[in-house]
Amino acid sequence: MGVNRRKFLKIAGISTLGVAAKPAADAFGISPTEWLDQKLGGFTVPETLFHFFEKPAGLVPGEALTAKRWAMVVNVRELDEEIAQACTDACHKVHNVPNFDNPRHEIKWIWQEEYEHVFPGQQHEHIDENLKKLPFLVMCNHCFNPPCCRVCPTKATFKRKKDGIVLMDMHRCIGCRFCMAACPFGARSFNWLIPWPRAGEGKFEGKEPPNPEYPTRVKGVVEKCNFCAERLAKGQIPACVEASQKACKKKGREPALVFGDLEDPDSEVRQLLRSNYTVRRKPELGSNPNVYYIV
Amino acid sequence: MLEKAFVGGRKYWILIGILGGIIGVGFIMWLYQFRVGLGITGMGRDVSWGFYIGQFTYLVGVAAAGVMVVLPYYLHHYKAFGRITVLAEFMAIGAVTMCLLFILVDLGNPVRMINVILHPTPNSVLFWDMIVLNGYLFLNVFIGWNVLSAERKGSPPPHWIKPFIYLSIPWAISIHTVTAYLYAGLPGRHFWLTAVMAPRFLSSAFCAGPAILILLCLIVKKTTKFDPGKEQIRTLGSIVTYALILNVFLFLCELFTVFYSQIPGHMHHFHYLFFGHEGHVVRLVPLMWLAFACMTAAIILLVPPVTRRNEGILTVACVLVVIGTWIDKGFGLVVGGFVPNPLEKIVDYWPTVPEALITLGVWATGFLIISLLYKVATSVKLEVGAGEAS
Repeated sequence: MGVNRRKFLKIAGISTLGVAAKPAADAFGISPTEWLDQKLGGFTVPETLFHFFEKPAGLVPGEALTAKRWAMVVNVRELDEEIAQACTDACHKVHNVPNFDNPRHEIKWIWQEEYEHVFPGQQHEHIDENLKKLPFLVMCNHCFNPPCCRVCPTKATFKRKKDGIVLMDMHRCIGCRFCMAACPFGARSFNWLIPWPRAGEGKFEGKEPPNPEYPTRVKGVVEKCNFCAERLAKGQIPACVEASQKACKKKGREPALVFGDLEDPDSEVRQLLRSNYTVRRKPELGSNPNVYYIV
Repeated sequence: MLEKAFVGGRKYWILIGILGGIIGVGFIMWLYQFRVGLGITGMGRDVSWGFYIGQFTYLVGVAAAGVMVVLPYYLHHYKAFGRITVLAEFMAIGAVTMCLLFILVDLGNPVRMINVILHPTPNSVLFWDMIVLNGYLFLNVFIGWNVLSAERKGSPPPHWIKPFIYLSIPWAISIHTVTAYLYAGLPGRHFWLTAVMAPRFLSSAFCAGPAILILLCLIVKKTTKFDPGKEQIRTLGSIVTYALILNVFLFLCELFTVFYSQIPGHMHHFHYLFFGHEGHVVRLVPLMWLAFACMTAAIILLVPPVTRRNEGILTVACVLVVIGTWIDKGFGLVVGGFVPNPLEKIVDYWPTVPEALITLGVWATGFLIISLLYKVATSVKLEVGAGEAS
């Protein structure tokens, strides 16, 4: 991120294209095409983000992690608040998730919830006190039959055919928030305000986004967990899973988050599902979540 | 014909000026929202649709209600409504325009709006809503203008307009049905997940729309030399009465299913709207009670013919209908669906001042359009000597 380019973009921004997209160019010195794309609202290069996931720069063929249907098992017994927080922090750092103080404007991809909120209707007054206190990690369920994708008027959110991940094209999203109304799990967040730092208001800790390799967003788009599609493409496991392995190992626990191919009978995920009683959130709605819980 | 909108007395221009002023304030507030983001509204992560979508929903109903005049006139040859079909169509034009504007101000990225056409997605109800609303706007502009032009020339409407008129009848039903489907097909939103949603939408539309039309007709009668007619207003009053009773009946049907089944997920929303939540001061509660008090009072005033045929009482009843249905549909329906949220947490919603000003601005835009079009319509009617009702 050369100063020269940033300066160039700054001048170009002021002189030609008005004020709306200038802060983006100011802050991160993103490439002119990305900037133009933001400015023009995404429809000149509508597949930008899609391509970002499909053909990431520097991908060595054969290096990517692939599956027919990615799934996650959350072993809540192995979680404590510290481990759960480590997972959230890792995810939010890798994906440049902005930090808003106002709970209304909060953006979260993976976070802790209490049992009664994760499985509403399942709680009763004599329930195990320990269960009540467990920090359940919740995220997008990457439903096999996702209601959010059904309602999206622009296909900005879609289920990737090859591995079932529910993705967001944040360059195409018009911000109608129909997907937020449709999601039965409250897994989607909206950028109610500008998510990048402007003069005098640092939304990120520093001036730069924590992960320059991951795109930042414009205001007015919806975002959510993407099962780390961009990391899988580089042969890396999801950031939260990696963080849980580290944090659990330190405490001598089994990994709390396990990720794998649901279609592969030998995958770690399938082994866990075979040997444990697992539940999913709101199965009665038929969205068919791909995130399983061992309680 | 349009030139007639630019000739008017002092009062006319004062009205246009006031509406223009409100539009200006709303527009400036919208620029502020465009720059800062939708965070300036009271909406948030949990209540992600609010006032804007509520107004949109309400006004789709008002627009659809034009059919309550068009249908009796063209399908049942109820001649009396010939005097006011153009008023109903012009009201629909104003209402649909407001609908489209409310969608526009609700979008996080309005500059990308065209993506809905560039990436057409037939499985999205919003895609169909876009089609039916724009189609309905076109139909009403096209039909209203042509029929009025013909009337001005003293000739019957051209024959080729008939298919468009017949098409506009089911089309009106479709706009509100599709709007109901925006809500009624979402898993996990128990408040909206009901087959009675579309019928409820239509019934509330067919009382609210004609009630607004009655009020507009009375204003026209008072401020111009054109009299929309006593019989016309009476018939509209009967339509309001039937539709209002049907609306309350369907609401009671909903209440029965929810509270007799006693499924908690379904009861929560009604509890929240009508009784609030433990320890929560919910500003919506008195409003919801007010809404149903208004509707009940309106039924009491409208059912006996003696009171319904009294123009003063009818006016009061229509105002009550408009207030009641507006709170119920323009506010409670949207917010109630989001609270409690899918995690069964209570997050309150209340519109902010900028949000309210933008909303007012859009309403003023709609009323400006209605004022201009009504000016044209009444001037033409007077020109051809249709001032006095027979």
